[in-house]
Amino acid sequence: MSQVGSFALLIALVLAVYSFLAGILALVREGPGSERLGETARRAGVAIFAAVLFAAVVLVMAAFRDDFSIAYIFHHSNRDLPGPYKFAVLWSGQEGSLLFWSLLLAAYGFVLRLRHKTDQRLFAYASVIIAGVQIFFLLLLNFAAHPFAVMQGERAVDGNGLNPLLQYPEMVIHPPMLYLGYVGMTIPFAFAFGALVMRYQGEQWIHITRRWTMVTWMFLTVGIFLGAHWAYAVLGWGGYWGWDPVENASLMPWLTGTAFLHSVMMQEKRGMMKVWNMWLVFATFWLALLGTFLTRSGIISSVHAFAQSSIGEWFGWFLAVTFATFALFFVKNKAHLKSEHRLESLVSRESSFLFNNLLLLLACFTVLWGTWFPKISELVEDKKITVGAPFYNKVAIPVALLLLLMTAVGPLLAWRKTSLDSLKRNFLWPSLGAVAVGILMMIFGVRPWNDISYFYALMAAMLGVLVILTVVSEFVRGGRVISRHTGQNLAASVVHLWHRNTRRYGGYIVHFGVAMVVIGILGTAFNQDKEKEMGFGDKLALGPYTLVCQSYTQDDNPNYGNEWAIIKVFKGDEQITTLYPERRFYKASQQPQTIPRIYPTFTGKNPLLITDLYVVYEGVNQDTGRPIIKAHLNPMVPWIWTGLLVIIFGTLSALVPNAAAVRVTVPARAQAVPAGAGD
Amino acid sequence: MLTRSTMRRSRGLLKRRLGFAALSIALVALMGAGDDGARFRQLGHKMMCVCSCSQILLECNHVGCAYSDRMRGELMAALDRGDNDDLILQGFVQKYGPTVVAAPTTTGFNRVAWIMPFLALALGLATTILIVRAWSKRPAPAAAGAVLPVTGPELDRFRKKAQEDTEI
Repeated sequence: MSQVGSFALLIALVLAVYSFLAGILALVREGPGSERLGETARRAGVAIFAAVLFAAVVLVMAAFRDDFSIAYIFHHSNRDLPGPYKFAVLWSGQEGSLLFWSLLLAAYGFVLRLRHKTDQRLFAYASVIIAGVQIFFLLLLNFAAHPFAVMQGERAVDGNGLNPLLQYPEMVIHPPMLYLGYVGMTIPFAFAFGALVMRYQGEQWIHITRRWTMVTWMFLTVGIFLGAHWAYAVLGWGGYWGWDPVENASLMPWLTGTAFLHSVMMQEKRGMMKVWNMWLVFATFWLALLGTFLTRSGIISSVHAFAQSSIGEWFGWFLAVTFATFALFFVKNKAHLKSEHRLESLVSRESSFLFNNLLLLLACFTVLWGTWFPKISELVEDKKITVGAPFYNKVAIPVALLLLLMTAVGPLLAWRKTSLDSLKRNFLWPSLGAVAVGILMMIFGVRPWNDISYFYALMAAMLGVLVILTVVSEFVRGGRVISRHTGQNLAASVVHLWHRNTRRYGGYIVHFGVAMVVIGILGTAFNQDKEKEMGFGDKLALGPYTLVCQSYTQDDNPNYGNEWAIIKVFKGDEQITTLYPERRFYKASQQPQTIPRIYPTFTGKNPLLITDLYVVYEGVNQDTGRPIIKAHLNPMVPWIWTGLLVIIFGTLSALVPNAAAVRVTVPARAQAVPAGAGD
Repeated sequence: MLTRSTMRRSRGLLKRRLGFAALSIALVALMGAGDDGARFRQLGHKMMCVCSCSQILLECNHVGCAYSDRMRGELMAALDRGDNDDLILQGFVQKYGPTVVAAPTTTGFNRVAWIMPFLALALGLATTILIVRAWSKRPAPAAAGAVLPVTGPELDRFRKKAQEDTEI
């Protein structure tokens, strides 16, 4: 079985090399045979997908067949591992995840090569670049991190099992989502680089890649949030973001990708920021690889230490080569990237995009700087230090708040120039709403002068509400104009409005989701927790809740043994739920794992203030045999996950094609109502 | 044009809004209160657990962790002694090494960690302002309907057509 898989990987490498070299030859050589050569390169590219898919299927089959003669299966699976996790073995270890990366890249390449008729020459360039990246991953798979390496000596009866941290339903989908985002960033990069190399005329390449970029951005967003939710639901420390280097590594390409999604509109609409966009798309691709380099090289210590290995050096070289190649072509062809228009006013959509990009890039730099500073400090002073949450909270939160302000302001500015009157008209009510929320929070006890975290929470709430209200007012204002001229009711008019410019209004929905996420995060300032050893009938009071330990016991199954408690939750005299926090001990890997139980509850009478009651079985007091239970009250956390759903909905709705424009005769005054015309 | 009665009404509305804002601020100012237990939380969140879990001291959730319970006890004892925050942090650094502090200090080379993001902000702002100024000074594009100069492949196409027209 391992030989078949190895052979498939070797074939894939040969195909990738052929697709790359023949593709270049076909593009460079002028002659009658070049078109046919290019077609063979394209077909070889398509065939890479079949070869890599075959190798991946072989590896998954080996996991299901408990083929422990393959070292990867021995190290990452065991006989009693449940089926879905055996499937997830594919991306649970280094060799498998590289194979998975290669498979996704091949799948993206497959779709791209099938759609080559859209713009044959541009697609040929993009195909060659993708083949180049594919060669790197296939070289790794064939020579540095072979997933089909065989075990030496006698065949093992059982495997080491999957890392317990990964035995959680979300781990079956979190890595694929993240990888779809990381790998997907290769596609816009390939098109942009191709456009740069061939001195592409016009901005059509941006139209072609727009959906690719939005879809991969969405995957990356979902991957990051699923990772955060997994950390929240599995690690048991009550939080969802620890500023670990690997978490940071996923955030960096997301930030540059978000900047690209915004600034690319400047190029589409106004022919501006061409150089900037070229570097942004490169940076996004490069940072996605840097993330893998950080994870694998072990250069920076991380809780994701299970991913460390010797292939970091390979990634280091590949990063250097891609940078050098891109820089070379940029210097050669930069004259082609001159902006076509001038900036007419500082108060315009163009300048808001500039400042939004500045802040996103600054946030990215801050995260990059904080991630690398321990290493820099070690090199300069020979002293290791820690750069943890307090650093990021002080530096990154102010930047995030400014970004939120831009999220509120930017969409209300028109292209070219915005009048002061229109600004006043559009901002008056959202601003009053935001100030009212701030005053209410202070009245209810949030005193920003007592604690910096309260100050941040207050600002985040006010700005979040400002974003939400500006988005709502945009929909309502635009909807009213349509309603007035079509006679439809407001809801139908809002749908009509969205359908006329899905990207713009889908983007607003994404902004709405982002504001919800920020409001969810600000709840951290009000977290509470308590820990107690609890015997039968013992009580633990936390906020409005009383936890009563009804029982605790132990169980056993082939995969793990566990200790767990039955905790009844009361609010006043009324029992609202029963929770079962547990602690598992996985037999194959001999590692413990906490499984907290989370119950979202509504605080008081206000249904918007949702609080998670988060209960952790921390372990057993060896002297008394009684469990130690830790309970957290985490306000607003459900807003984060709901915000993600809104972001997904917004992105998907932005992907829907626009409806044909409906001709409506609109009086001059009504025409001016929706502030920011265009996207 | 605003009438006198409209102006009077809007002045009255402004006065009421200002009055409401002043009342709200006064209410909030009267409610301020301190929280002595916050120091334990604040300091506990400025330190890492040294059991190599990479977690903040107060967030380390390993039962049986050889360090976190002891370190929390030491922090509580230092607070009971009345030590100030700097002294407490120095004590922990001496005992557990510089990695126990969760963020770089503001001394020596560590200052660079704090300065750089703000330096980047300043540089970025300066660059953005320069870009905005440069773009504003650029000559205005041709007005709608005006003839735009032809360049690149389009010019080549015209050249070819012109040659074809004049060649036999």
